[in-house]
Amino acid sequence: MPVLNMVQALNMALREEMRRDPRVIVLGEDVGRRGGVFLVTEGLIDEFGEKRVIDTPLTEMGIVGIAIGLAMYGFKPVAEIQFIDFVYEAFDQIVSEMAKMRSKTGGMFTAPVVIRAPCCGGVKGAMHHSQSPEAYFIHTAGLITMMPSRPHDAKGMLKAAIRSEDPVIFLEPKSIYRTIREEVPEDDYIVPIGKARIAREGSDITIVTYGAMVHTALEAAELAERKHGWSAEVIDLRTLFPFDRDLLIQSIEKTGRMIIVHEAPKTLGLGAEISAYIAENAIDLLRGPILRVTGYDTPFPLAHEKLYMPNVARIYLAMQKIMMY
Amino acid sequence: MLHDPFESFYKTEDLLRELQIDRSLGIYRIIDPGGNIAAEKEPDLPREFLITMYVSMIRTRILDSWLLRLQRMGKVALHAPNIGEEAVGVGSALALERDDWIFPYYRNIGVFIARGVSEEEILDRNIANADDPFKGKEFTILGSKKHRIAPSTVPVGNQIPHAVGFALGATIAGERIAVLTIFGDGATSRGGFHVGLNFAGLHRLPAVFVIQNNQWAISMPASKQTGSATFAIKGVAYNIPGVRVDGNDVLAVYLAAREAVIRARDGKGPTLIEAVTYRIGPHTTADDPTRYRPPEIVKRMEKYDPVERFRRYLIARGYISEKEDIEIQGFWSKTIEDIVRKCISKPQLREEVIFEDVYSRTYWNLEEQIREFRESLEVMKKLGIGVE
Repeated sequence: MPVLNMVQALNMALREEMRRDPRVIVLGEDVGRRGGVFLVTEGLIDEFGEKRVIDTPLTEMGIVGIAIGLAMYGFKPVAEIQFIDFVYEAFDQIVSEMAKMRSKTGGMFTAPVVIRAPCCGGVKGAMHHSQSPEAYFIHTAGLITMMPSRPHDAKGMLKAAIRSEDPVIFLEPKSIYRTIREEVPEDDYIVPIGKARIAREGSDITIVTYGAMVHTALEAAELAERKHGWSAEVIDLRTLFPFDRDLLIQSIEKTGRMIIVHEAPKTLGLGAEISAYIAENAIDLLRGPILRVTGYDTPFPLAHEKLYMPNVARIYLAMQKIMMY
Repeated sequence: MLHDPFESFYKTEDLLRELQIDRSLGIYRIIDPGGNIAAEKEPDLPREFLITMYVSMIRTRILDSWLLRLQRMGKVALHAPNIGEEAVGVGSALALERDDWIFPYYRNIGVFIARGVSEEEILDRNIANADDPFKGKEFTILGSKKHRIAPSTVPVGNQIPHAVGFALGATIAGERIAVLTIFGDGATSRGGFHVGLNFAGLHRLPAVFVIQNNQWAISMPASKQTGSATFAIKGVAYNIPGVRVDGNDVLAVYLAAREAVIRARDGKGPTLIEAVTYRIGPHTTADDPTRYRPPEIVKRMEKYDPVERFRRYLIARGYISEKEDIEIQGFWSKTIEDIVRKCISKPQLREEVIFEDVYSRTYWNLEEQIREFRESLEVMKKLGIGVE
């Protein structure tokens, strides 16, 4: 089994899906000869040619709008937005058109586009190369939003996204594009939409997170175990919406405590929704308040980004608070 | 092929010849407002086709006036009147081959009629009754996969990149079809217009862009929409020939669109057509144009009416008699009135359509919300309270 990083695993997923289904088309800025600025589409143009790997002019609105037209024709477009920070030009097309095509036409027309984009901080990308805007998409009915935390999942999740009959926003945490390597099967497998995984078993606290923060949460869990013997369970959501409510409830039944960690700003982030969901459906199981460790409610900074982002110390602090409650 | 930008130069004269810029500045007309031939050559079209054109416009006008009345009666939520602009949708749609696709906007009832969508379906959609093909999610818009009409959309001009993507898809698949999209003059200020034209010009896609320039974007006159001399000239920068036609002359619209469709199907690239027309009615039933437009101006514009102009032409050239015309009008008035009566007496949509077609399947959040919704209906019944 080859040992791959996330970029290579995503490339493998695209390649396999394009071989499997001639309707799959890749489009975006610099996705052809350049292979995408992070090389996720590297080499696809050699195997599949310019008709299926399309370099577009510099317009996110155009990439998404044209992808919708391709999907209406019957293709399965995988559109790359070079950085999710630039997606806002396409926001109208995503929210008004792509997300609502099925709904507004009573199911007569659909636009099952996959939008892939690198996201999140940790690489000194500053204000416009570090954002985590997943909440906008989660808030929009008709979209599925996913974010992998490791190469194995990245492959299986992207395949699930490409086979989905609904439009998918597929966010790729760029800080772990190349830092984590693991065995990735060459088989055809999918990680189903809506299924989270337990990244670490524990019995005292449930830490719900996704993307690169899974690894930060795991580190914090180790630290708390070493220092205090607290046993934290880390849940990697994988699909941000529709999130795996069953696994969350099962975990909270065991631990009675919950911390949600994400890079996105706190106010109305996914943490707010999960917190409300647990409060509405499992308040009796709670032994303390649900806490959130998130990016601050400021624009993403250039200076001191690692202090802005949730880090081991901040997660550890939250664990202390909830265990001492 | 990589080129040296300092060594290469454009063959300006060739480009200008191909773009025929004078066609995007003047106005192309076959029939004058009095119904007389204004062009050097009268097009040779079969009588049957001319009658179809005329009947499509008549049906559009009758249905349009019914939709206005139904809105006043509270049966339709909102209507964007088509009166005076029927020739653009009808002329464009009839220029297409059966396998071509069209991406209309919300003021294009003529497109649906000309492509064979029934009045009943259009009314069911607008009334949002139990037979509404779009299940009551949005007003005024309609599409029909069967008739190769993509759904119109409320955010202005958003369908333009879709049409271009669709044309790209057809090109990749090797299907030689044309994809025509219609939108208003206001849409030319939005990003999707420029993105769409840029992409279509770049890849020489089989796309036809029709600007239904009715001079008004709600209260904004075309003179406040652009500094360009005409809307058709906007194609030039994208290497797309622009053609400016009298949009109240159905033959001119048809011939310009037909030429563009043939060009597209022959792989010769896109065309931009500006169809100059005039919005006689309000923007929608929610608008009051007397706040920004003196009624005298509108009165003056009525002499350009596309239906009356074509009627005079057909009678003057002996294609129909006055008597036949009265019969045609009477037949469709009666027929459409009967359909209206049928559609307004159909049952309402089920309540739970709200939750349908959001995704390809129902996820847990909607399952939970459907349960809550049903409980709320139960409570209403029990307490005898409603929502109106």
